[in-house]
Amino acid sequence: MTDPIIRVEDIGKTFGSGMRFSLAKQADEVRAVDGCSFSINRGETLALVGESGCGKSTLGRLLLRLIDPTAGRVYFEKTELTNLPAGRMRDMRRHLQMIFQDPYGSLSPRRSIAQIIAEPLDVFGLVRSGRQRRERVADLMTQVGLSPTFMDRHPRQFSGGQRQRIGIARAIAVDPSFIVADEPVSALDVSVQAQIINLMQDLQRQKGFSFLFIAHDLAVVRHIADRVAVMYLGRIVEIGPKKQIYRMPQHPYTQALMSAAPEPDPERKGKRIILEGDVPSPKRVPPGCSFHTRCPIRQEICSIERPPLREVAAGQLAACHFAKPFPIPLAKARPAIPA
Amino acid sequence: MTVPLLKVDNLAVEFGPKSHPIRVVDGVSFEIPPGGAVGIVGESGSGKSITSLSILRLISEPPGRIVQGRIEFNGVNLLDLPRSKMPDIRGRDIAMIFQEPMSSLNPVMKIGDQIGEAIMLHEDMSGEVRRRRVIEMLGLVGIPDPAGRLDSYPHQFSGGMRQRVMIAMALACNPKLLIADEPTTALDVTIQAQVLDLIHKLRRTLNTAVLLISHDLGVIADVCERVVVMYAGRVVEEADVRSIFRAPQHPYTRGLLQSIPRLDDDRDRLYQIPGSVPLAGSVKKGCPFYERCSLRIDKCAEEMPPMFSFGTDQRAACWVTARQADAQAKEATLS
Amino acid sequence: MAVTTEHSQLPSPSLAPEPKALSRLAYSLFSRTSTIFAFAVVVIFVAVAVFAPLIAPYDPLAQSILRINKLPSTANWLGTDQFGRDVLSRMIYGSRNSLIFGLISPVLAAICGTVLGVVAGYFGGIVDRVISRVIDLLLAFPELLLAIMIAAVLGGGFWNVIAVITVAFVPGFARVARASTLAVKQEPYIEAAVAIGVSTPVIIFRHVIPNIAAPIVVLMTLWVASAIRLEASLSFLGIGTQPPNPSWGNIIRDGLNNLFGSPWPIIGAGFAITCVVLSFNLLGDVVRDVLDPEISE
Repeated sequence: MTDPIIRVEDIGKTFGSGMRFSLAKQADEVRAVDGCSFSINRGETLALVGESGCGKSTLGRLLLRLIDPTAGRVYFEKTELTNLPAGRMRDMRRHLQMIFQDPYGSLSPRRSIAQIIAEPLDVFGLVRSGRQRRERVADLMTQVGLSPTFMDRHPRQFSGGQRQRIGIARAIAVDPSFIVADEPVSALDVSVQAQIINLMQDLQRQKGFSFLFIAHDLAVVRHIADRVAVMYLGRIVEIGPKKQIYRMPQHPYTQALMSAAPEPDPERKGKRIILEGDVPSPKRVPPGCSFHTRCPIRQEICSIERPPLREVAAGQLAACHFAKPFPIPLAKARPAIPA
Repeated sequence: MTVPLLKVDNLAVEFGPKSHPIRVVDGVSFEIPPGGAVGIVGESGSGKSITSLSILRLISEPPGRIVQGRIEFNGVNLLDLPRSKMPDIRGRDIAMIFQEPMSSLNPVMKIGDQIGEAIMLHEDMSGEVRRRRVIEMLGLVGIPDPAGRLDSYPHQFSGGMRQRVMIAMALACNPKLLIADEPTTALDVTIQAQVLDLIHKLRRTLNTAVLLISHDLGVIADVCERVVVMYAGRVVEEADVRSIFRAPQHPYTRGLLQSIPRLDDDRDRLYQIPGSVPLAGSVKKGCPFYERCSLRIDKCAEEMPPMFSFGTDQRAACWVTARQADAQAKEATLS
Repeated sequence: MAVTTEHSQLPSPSLAPEPKALSRLAYSLFSRTSTIFAFAVVVIFVAVAVFAPLIAPYDPLAQSILRINKLPSTANWLGTDQFGRDVLSRMIYGSRNSLIFGLISPVLAAICGTVLGVVAGYFGGIVDRVISRVIDLLLAFPELLLAIMIAAVLGGGFWNVIAVITVAFVPGFARVARASTLAVKQEPYIEAAVAIGVSTPVIIFRHVIPNIAAPIVVLMTLWVASAIRLEASLSFLGIGTQPPNPSWGNIIRDGLNNLFGSPWPIIGAGFAITCVVLSFNLLGDVVRDVLDPEISE
């Protein structure tokens, strides 16, 4: 259990107002990520879940140093990434790869599939000849379920799901030990999402890389995660093993998030916790517990004192003064739908 | 059997040049009873949005055109009406809300004026009465301090609040039917829950019928009483919401339901439908789901199955499951 | 290998056919009469320039006191100028100058402008501010005025004229390149390249420049026309191609001396400039349509 491949200490990112010497500087600062600490073990999948603007994508990019943090440190194995010079950081990228949300934008439109998948191989000099490169690309395409005969085609000829497979092939080309997947299925059709989730799960089992899987709803990561972290306004509010989070979420926000997701089940019609109001702007994070403006169980202390992440069950941490188990009733056994 | 409020019958919509048209909606039929809630569920290219736009004749012509079918609203075929009559129907009898609540509101107009304008178009009332009506509508959709927000501009509202304003505007003239095209897709889960709750509440208080278009079976299950499943421009299954979720009869509906990740689900692996969603109008012959279907037989490639009845209230377009159901029924009568 | 077996059962995806760039070019070229005309004009223009010695009936520099300021005749189709030189031959040889200036300067300007613009756009910050201010400064002058100012300092001569036209065009290219780079820089595939570990120069050459090439190339084709016009203007003002070498600009200037005697040199050269400029502009539109991957279907 104690073999973290990624360790994050108190990381933070504040986006400035951009306007130097502006009087409104303080007011325009956006605290996208604020004091997040966690680690990811070898071969483990951590799912990072939160609504738009909670800082989950920024956090994913901070881990890979696609954005430089304004506070805190990130370690990959024994190396601190946050202070590496640019050249050394580039070398580290062989071990750290990323899968993107937008299957349309993340592939260079003018390059062939072979060129796209082979790019990381070329960068790190992992292939010696043109023939070897094509063989490797063909192999990778087969691994992600694409026919190698299409390797000279261009991205625009592929559907969203196929493009996402290309993106996955590019990410696993250099055999990385850690991959950040930023909402990899949220832009895909429902019937294609399952294919991509299964594919990533299979690849992870085969290759044993660690995974940070970012998503905006809890259902999507149910099958792929080992542990789940829930973010709200730049902070992790709850983190723990999958089983416990789904059975017994302890933070009221996690509970609301689970209860709010509409399930494809007409029996559940309208039975849910509905949070009041909107997510506050990250420019004006409420004092105390940042969730207190919408929290159904808030008390006076919540607007004054920020609750720390504390252990509420084995391996499960929640940042709430009044964290308590909230059993999610398991659905009655559903009649099996014939396949 | 009550007279349906809206009856769409054998609708077909084509795009592109007349010489080689692309049929993006083909033979779509369904009904909405007064005060009912019907959902159309489908993925990209299923033709669900085109179907909903056709009802208000909002398809731009050219390149699109409605080539066959009837759209009866209160017994009147909207397709027979002269184009100039449509604005009277839109907004007053049938209102529509869209996915993107930002771009559907005029950014330089106060929201009080925008809702007021919607009322003014269809109803003759004095400024003061209208103002009170706008405040009432804003209150109804859950905008805090409605009188104080009349002079706000759309950008001063969050995404969820803007969608509430859109709903207030749509319902201002008390329409009999509200068409909601992916009304919560752009919203966060917790905000989506609020908007869905609002739709529930409004249906109870105003008795407005709802046609909900969504790719999300969860949203459909939450709001609707009947469900129409579309795939590649065709209706493949239609049933009451319980049957769709408990005993789906079309292989596509079954696959879709099983491939959705769920919170209360301990399966280790998701069921997956192979292949990708076909482009609109790309399937010329046979069942559009043939390529991806696990039950397919040779006949499916040749002939588009008609809608078979399963029980009293469920219909699906599949040769194989219809045959299976038939065999089961025979067995039951024999024994 | 569970993955491989399972996914190999996927039906092979039905891909949209690969649109051939050449056939698309041909289609855009020949689907409209105006572009067919433009294409024909450019082909004739290039052919005339290349084969000038074979086509021209006379030596363009050969003077003859006996045949000064003649009106068009069967011997001299466009008449002769004040030195008795055959105007048609001068125009034919002059097309060489126009072609050379018309092609070299925009290409040079495009290269310099793109480098400046991409560097400014990609790196941003102080680099961007310095480059942008210089470009703004240059853009504040009309290009002809700028060209005249530089030419006045440098004097005439072939390379000076090239340099003058190039400098006059660089700001336009730089500005377009910078704006396009700013847009492309936001594309997810650029971040993807960074995440893969690609170094900055490679990202610029492999991922940025190919994706901003379309507007640059279009601008280049449009400015072929401008360069021809600018060269003619400079020659007309006497700071471009130096006499006795022929160019369309100085044919018009020489023609002015005898405007009322014979307007034909001016009409001929003016017509040639108009046709070629118009044609290159039309072809620029075609190139834009072909290069844009989004409207290729």
